[in-house]
Amino acid sequence: MLVTSPAFKENAHEALSDEQLRKALGNVRAGFIDKRAKAAEALPEFEALRESARAIKDHTLANLDLYLTAYEEKVVAAGGKVHWAETAAEARGIILDICRMHDAKTVAKGKSMITEEIELNDFLEASGIHPVETDLGEYIIQLRGEHPSHIIAPAVHLNKEQVEEDFRRVHTDLPPDRDLSEPASLLGEARRVLRRKYFEADIGITGANFLVAETGSSIIVTNEGNGDLSQILPRVHIVVASIEKVVPTLEDAAQILRVLARSATGQEMSVYTTISTGPRRANDPDGPDEYHVILLDNGRSAMLGTEFQDMLRCIRCGACMNHCPVYHAVGGHAYGWVYPGPMGAVLTPALVGIDKAGHLPNASTFCGRCEAVCPMKIPLPGMMRHWREHEWERGLNPAVVRSGVRFWAWFARRPPLYRLATYLTMPLLAAFGGRKRRFRFLPFAGGWTKYRDLPAPQGRTFMQQWRDRDALKQGGAA
Amino acid sequence: MPSRPVRVGLFVTCLVDLFRPSVGFATVKLLEDAGCQVEAPMAQTCCGQPAYNSGDRADTRAIAERTIAAFEGFDYVVAPSGSCAGMLKKHYPPLFRGDVVWEERAMQFSEKVWELTSFLVDVLGVTTVPAKAEGTATYHDSCSGLRELGVRNQPRALLASVEGLALKEMPEADVCCGFGGTFCVKYSEISNEIVEKKTANIATSSADMLLAGDLGCLMNMAGKLKRQGAATEVRHVAEVLAGMTDTAPIGGR
Repeated sequence: MLVTSPAFKENAHEALSDEQLRKALGNVRAGFIDKRAKAAEALPEFEALRESARAIKDHTLANLDLYLTAYEEKVVAAGGKVHWAETAAEARGIILDICRMHDAKTVAKGKSMITEEIELNDFLEASGIHPVETDLGEYIIQLRGEHPSHIIAPAVHLNKEQVEEDFRRVHTDLPPDRDLSEPASLLGEARRVLRRKYFEADIGITGANFLVAETGSSIIVTNEGNGDLSQILPRVHIVVASIEKVVPTLEDAAQILRVLARSATGQEMSVYTTISTGPRRANDPDGPDEYHVILLDNGRSAMLGTEFQDMLRCIRCGACMNHCPVYHAVGGHAYGWVYPGPMGAVLTPALVGIDKAGHLPNASTFCGRCEAVCPMKIPLPGMMRHWREHEWERGLNPAVVRSGVRFWAWFARRPPLYRLATYLTMPLLAAFGGRKRRFRFLPFAGGWTKYRDLPAPQGRTFMQQWRDRDALKQGGAA
Repeated sequence: MPSRPVRVGLFVTCLVDLFRPSVGFATVKLLEDAGCQVEAPMAQTCCGQPAYNSGDRADTRAIAERTIAAFEGFDYVVAPSGSCAGMLKKHYPPLFRGDVVWEERAMQFSEKVWELTSFLVDVLGVTTVPAKAEGTATYHDSCSGLRELGVRNQPRALLASVEGLALKEMPEADVCCGFGGTFCVKYSEISNEIVEKKTANIATSSADMLLAGDLGCLMNMAGKLKRQGAATEVRHVAEVLAGMTDTAPIGGR
């Protein structure tokens, strides 16, 4: 996927001019925030659970090698196979080998951001294998040739009229006069179309919300049950997961599950929580003949031991973007890569480079709402600031920003000169402000005055007046 | 009662110093009325956030050292801003992590730092102010004060005691106004989208007056309201609490 993060401003401009998108983004504000708040409030131990969820992941990350090795042993013991992939290309290669081995024509996919990250769909198509997304949102954007704009609601940028149009365009074997005016009828049609695909699929590919070291299990949560079908019906099940998905025990996964759905959609639990351990055993009524796990690093191990390690606690609930005023304004595609919103603003620079993704950690007001709702208590604004420090150290900021900050700081570090400069300029600026006490335009302040007036200063600075007041007091006392 | 008055160092903040000194004097009045002895050290300039949030650690640290040295002798350090108080209280100590001398100094300093309304209510136990103001007001929660320092009920409690003033909450009072320091200039189009949502919420409240505890946010919201031709009067909460509303509001009328 082409990284368009360097064009974030242009992407944002386009998004802000798109009336349909602005309407759809209104649903994010309305749909997620109250539900999460209610769910969190209804559970007295919610804050304590956040704390324990954080502790579980911190402990796991501190012993990641140990738990990944333990996990692999259990997968193998259950009859599965683990493939270690350092890069996206390696992961794709392993998946293709498995597909070729089984002469696969069609692959059913559960919703997975990792397969977005490794650009699996395009790769499979190019290799003559047809991937079918089975999550409704993912299915819709696949029909449109788009990428997810939200990590849990991939088609949140669309409205139902657009979906109806796509279904009519693609499902040409269905009667043209059918009624698709209601979301339920769209859902029903998608379900009927997708049901066939599960049976046609040679291989099922899913992501994982958790990998459990204790049992060698992978866990996925869905609201549509498509994950279950994707992994049970085909002969081969491939799990693609990044290394930080591992947790020590089933109990740990259960603890984190209690904050995951509440933070994501305000549900107590997702409708389906599916635990898979190895291939079908002799007495199992169903299940795949083969069970593979691709463990992907793709830059994550390089985050361990750095100021960005905390980001690896992320459980992809989407609460940060649901509460982000910048995400609400521009939507997910503007961020220019796989992961949008505050979590993307921290993760994307780590995975594609700060030189490409520099805008993302800068395009934040540091309002702190993301950190306040993050179930894993990831200090997202703090880490965005760390990225800005990396940029500063490497001299990646625009020259005008650097020299502006340095010029200002030079004065701020020298109070007497700062006083002198401000004593002289502020009364002048106040006089220019005139009777309206504001500027509609001011040279060098165009970024401000393009959209809003600039309130004029009152006149002499506080310090100037305070010095006089002090002098008066001392004079009076003498 | 302490045997001597509480000595408060006023961290006036660069925006109040330069753009709206009346907020500084309102702050001084509130603190003096509560029995504090207030001083404003001449060695102060800015808390350093423009450098800090641009990733310039070296300049930030140099500014922080100056600020700490200028204020560490006071009993308390009070700022009429949640953002600057948050910087001094929450962000200074980590700047010096691993420095045996400065880390301890920064920690001790940070414990003395308070945002104005929270200092009045939580430290001094002020419950009412003798101010009067006619009309209705809506209060915007500035992000840093709200989420870093827990400033939410304190300004509302004090405003409730202002004679003649009725508080009308706006929807999403706790959502960012889009200021974000240099963000509002670097990403002005996005900032504009965010502040437009805010001014729509302000309009929904139908209050005559918009109040908040941070001048940056106030200038942003006032600037947008004035550009939209709204009649809303915009003021820092300290001005109303101190009964000092004879000056022109932020951005004029």
